Amino acid sequence: MEAFGLLVQGFGVLLTGKTLVLMMVGLVLGIFVGVLPGLGGPNGVAILLPLTFTMDPTSAIVMLSCIYWGALFGGAITSILFNIPGEAWSVATTFDGYPMAQQGRAAEALTAAFTSSFIGSLVAVLLITFLAPMISSFALKFGPPEFFAVYLLTFCSFVGLGREAKHKTVISMSLGLLLAGIGMDTVSGNLRMTFGSAELLRGINFLVAVIGLFGISEILLTMEERLALRGHAAGISLRVVLSVWKDLPKYWVTLLRSSFIGCWLGITPGGAIAASFMGYNLAKRFSKDPESFGKGRIEGVFAPETAAHASGTAALLPMLALGIPGSGTAAILLGGLMVWGLNPGPLLFVEHKDFVWGLIASMYLGNVVGLVLVLTTVPIFASILRVPFAAVAPMIVVSCAIGAYAIQNAMFDIWLMLGFGVVGYVFKKIGIPLAPFTLALVLGNRAEDAFRLSMIGSGGNLKVFWSNGLVGSIATLAILLLFWPLIDRLLQRVGLARQAKPVSGQA
Amino acid sequence: MRAAIALAAALCSAPASAGWEPTKPVEIVVAAGAGGASDQMARMMQAAIQKNNLMKQPMVVSLKGGASGAEALMYMKSSEGDANKVLIAYSLIYMLPLSAKIPFNWRELTPVSVIALDQFVLWDNAGGPKSVKEFIAAAKAASSPFKMGGTGSKREDHVLTVFMEQKTGAKFSYLPYKSGGEAATQLVGNHTESNVNNPSENLEVWRAGQVRPLCVFDKERISYTGKVTEAQSWHDIPTCKEEGLDIQYLMLRAMFLPGKVTPEQQAFYVDLFHKVTQTTEYKDYMEKQALKPIFLTGKDMVQFLEEDDTLNKSLMTEAGFVAK
Repeated sequence: MEAFGLLVQGFGVLLTGKTLVLMMVGLVLGIFVGVLPGLGGPNGVAILLPLTFTMDPTSAIVMLSCIYWGALFGGAITSILFNIPGEAWSVATTFDGYPMAQQGRAAEALTAAFTSSFIGSLVAVLLITFLAPMISSFALKFGPPEFFAVYLLTFCSFVGLGREAKHKTVISMSLGLLLAGIGMDTVSGNLRMTFGSAELLRGINFLVAVIGLFGISEILLTMEERLALRGHAAGISLRVVLSVWKDLPKYWVTLLRSSFIGCWLGITPGGAIAASFMGYNLAKRFSKDPESFGKGRIEGVFAPETAAHASGTAALLPMLALGIPGSGTAAILLGGLMVWGLNPGPLLFVEHKDFVWGLIASMYLGNVVGLVLVLTTVPIFASILRVPFAAVAPMIVVSCAIGAYAIQNAMFDIWLMLGFGVVGYVFKKIGIPLAPFTLALVLGNRAEDAFRLSMIGSGGNLKVFWSNGLVGSIATLAILLLFWPLIDRLLQRVGLARQAKPVSGQA
Repeated sequence: MRAAIALAAALCSAPASAGWEPTKPVEIVVAAGAGGASDQMARMMQAAIQKNNLMKQPMVVSLKGGASGAEALMYMKSSEGDANKVLIAYSLIYMLPLSAKIPFNWRELTPVSVIALDQFVLWDNAGGPKSVKEFIAAAKAASSPFKMGGTGSKREDHVLTVFMEQKTGAKFSYLPYKSGGEAATQLVGNHTESNVNNPSENLEVWRAGQVRPLCVFDKERISYTGKVTEAQSWHDIPTCKEEGLDIQYLMLRAMFLPGKVTPEQQAFYVDLFHKVTQTTEYKDYMEKQALKPIFLTGKDMVQFLEEDDTLNKSLMTEAGFVAK
């Protein structure tokens, strides 16, 4: 109960007029940067960081973290309305969110996204509040073999649980892995596949690829089909919000499962992306009607958003307690902390109690205020769909280009984005799924590094992936998921399908 | 704070040394990832310049750590004549062109000043051997090689590891992580036996009593005697030579402008960074991160760079890291 007392103290630090105003300003700015595709959380926080140098650390971090929450909320908006994920972890939200918008249920999808974000973050904040010390020691258990096992699990769950034809998923994933290899190889220190080009040195940026693959290709498809966004003016009112909330209890299993996955993966760096995909895939796997996913099912919005936000929030914990940022935005917040002389590490929780608990309290408040703020603005965002396509399309393309450019200030990235737009268009035409491609592009490098570091450490012995309980169970689970369709069929043949479900339900 | 204001006032009233001033926000280019030592230093300078009003235009930190920092080098190379970009460089300017054949030569940039020297320390887990001798003995006796964590491949940390092998005969398997922070956590989690992190990278875990400094790779001990942990100061760490491991390595932290800028532009930045080194922010930072203060510019700097370049080249050649 010590945590509770400290938390109350934290609220005390927070509840001053000035801090609350900063919080609102931060949230509004955050939603704004979140809505612009490609600009996203990391850039927004980076641009606004110097503004806070003159503030005291607590006010500064409260404002910055509210920008972070705002951007998290805002990222869902473009995913749902235009099929353009603002952040890496919004990709899975587009699978069902965008079809919903096309069916004229944009307001419903947005409400679902915001609400589930709120639930995910809330669960993660509760976890941080009460289990912080235990969790940081859990994160320390992760060495290269454990990291690789987690990435393997993500890849395998995609192949094993995906709806698409397995060979197409594998093709798409392999292409992603290939492109992820471009640039400097950290383990050997050599350049790969750069062909002497200075532009290719830094590798293919994930966001540039995503903006092209999803955003530009969507515009191309729409142009080809009928030159009109298929979204209809949505019936927007408080009624929509209330009806979505009324249905919430029906999805408690999905929400809980996704929160759990999110918290777990958020603590291991880089997990937010994996979490959103895994949350989505598992929701689909355990649904009574998996076929309806990808066609505008509200559960398909709940699952990834809850997981992404649980993990986005949980990612702040390793940043504070270990100094390892779990996401791009967390990395910039980390830079900010250092400017104010707060060095993240095990002692931060001991030496700067005021600050840490002020921040945790701001997570609660920021989330509640953020939810109210975005919900009241849903009608405004959803009404963008009423604007004729001919007027919206050029604006989307321009904002995609600005986003792609802003990530690394490189003109080359705009060409790359257009190239990926064409690739995305072709993939959609021939029915190759885009998600495994993007997943491999984000995680490919890290998975490869983790694998090779494990091999260096163990002297090339694969047994290292079963060397302790933690890594062993993750690795085994990965293999099981990979061959899940086969196992499932086998179990059904033996007539054991009913008993098999609860066992895998723990995944 | 009052001292800082007084200082700022004094600086503002000083006659401007050159006519040129930046006309748009100045980009400070970091050749490493977020949260690393270069990033921290860049943020410190950004804050020092802004708080003390050392420059009219704002300063923005731009992280270009792609391709182990090669991205930043190529970016600077391609920005010829643009005096609104300044690179915060370290030994990668010598090493990357050798190990990865990056078409880059620091002589193509405009040197501004060397602002600090960074130390390297041999660390092990707090539960591991207590001295260099015990550590080496344990490494030799181990059935599988000790794991040494570090940042990047064929760079400072890797070179030091190779030299430790050569001097002691013990074998290490070197694990290249993406950042010093990651190397620190992996040591705390017992996934590696040791690392050769800069003081700043291991500071927090040392203060938490999770790692132990064994020795510092320098001729002399670190000068700061203020207590960092309950029992020890930076000065209490013995040099590796004292402990019978004769290896020394210091890493520069220096500022560069792109090539082909005017002498006035160069002079502006020499003056600016000289002022930065006078601020309390800079001094506190140096002590906290156990950096060696130094300020070299003009001919002295070029001479330092040439000597350092020769030294690094010979180390890289000896370690067998030069690409053919």
